[in-house]
Amino acid sequence: MTTMTMTMTKTKMTLKTEGDTHIVVTRHFAAPPEAVYRAHTDPKIIQQWLLGPEGWTMPVCINEAWPGGKFRYEWANAKGAGFYITGEYVELQPPSKIVHIERMHLPDPTPDNHVETRFDPDGTGTLMTMRMTLPDAKTRAAMLATGMEHGMEASYVRLEKMI
Amino acid sequence: MSSGFSLNTSFAALADPTRRAILSRLARGEATVMELAKPFEMTQPAISQHLKVLEEAGLIVQRVDGAKRPRRLATAGIDAMDQWLAMLRKALEKNYDRLDEVLATMEPSIRRKKQ
Repeated sequence: MTTMTMTMTKTKMTLKTEGDTHIVVTRHFAAPPEAVYRAHTDPKIIQQWLLGPEGWTMPVCINEAWPGGKFRYEWANAKGAGFYITGEYVELQPPSKIVHIERMHLPDPTPDNHVETRFDPDGTGTLMTMRMTLPDAKTRAAMLATGMEHGMEASYVRLEKMI
Repeated sequence: MSSGFSLNTSFAALADPTRRAILSRLARGEATVMELAKPFEMTQPAISQHLKVLEEAGLIVQRVDGAKRPRRLATAGIDAMDQWLAMLRKALEKNYDRLDEVLATMEPSIRRKKQ
């Protein structure tokens, strides 16, 4: 599979593939690594921003931020829909690195996603690099293919129908 | 997911480049097996096998039109897949915009702690 890069100019976020099984997301933040790290590990702060699309809240945020610790994030919306993520922490190096494994339950669990998140000083702020490793090339190909080839095209087709 | 199809089955179906190409073609509209086989230089039975996998994954459906069995995308299955990817893409974008705001209020307190 060739390398694909998608840059969100508005949010400075990049999403690209690396090797056969990785997906790498980068994002700059105008705050020091200490603050960005804390925002990723303190449940009260996580509940303020890790909410996904508009209209969702995170009523349950269990986060044992120590090696071997477990986490469980549950999301809900006003229509009564919900889903959750479970995971385990592998390694934590405040304020520069978090390694964890996660899966989404929809309610079928998605394949395990091994995630390494780095927070490196970048000027007066932080460059976050989140490197996801999927179990195999097939899983990643499927994941990306869904969004970037077929999923997006299907969305365009839908949009065309609405116009 | 109300489609009743396993996401893992859908992912597996999408792992094959020919099947992804078939879906891209169907995203532009309904097509018969013959129409789908043409651009791939594949036999109709080979294409039919791919169509069977996509059908079992809930990503496409067929309808009867005389002797023809035109295929089209299955909205429910596609929605399920779209939703999954939307989690990754849109949610990340939205989350980090929100995190910017949270960090803006957090930063001074962290600086105070360090001094």
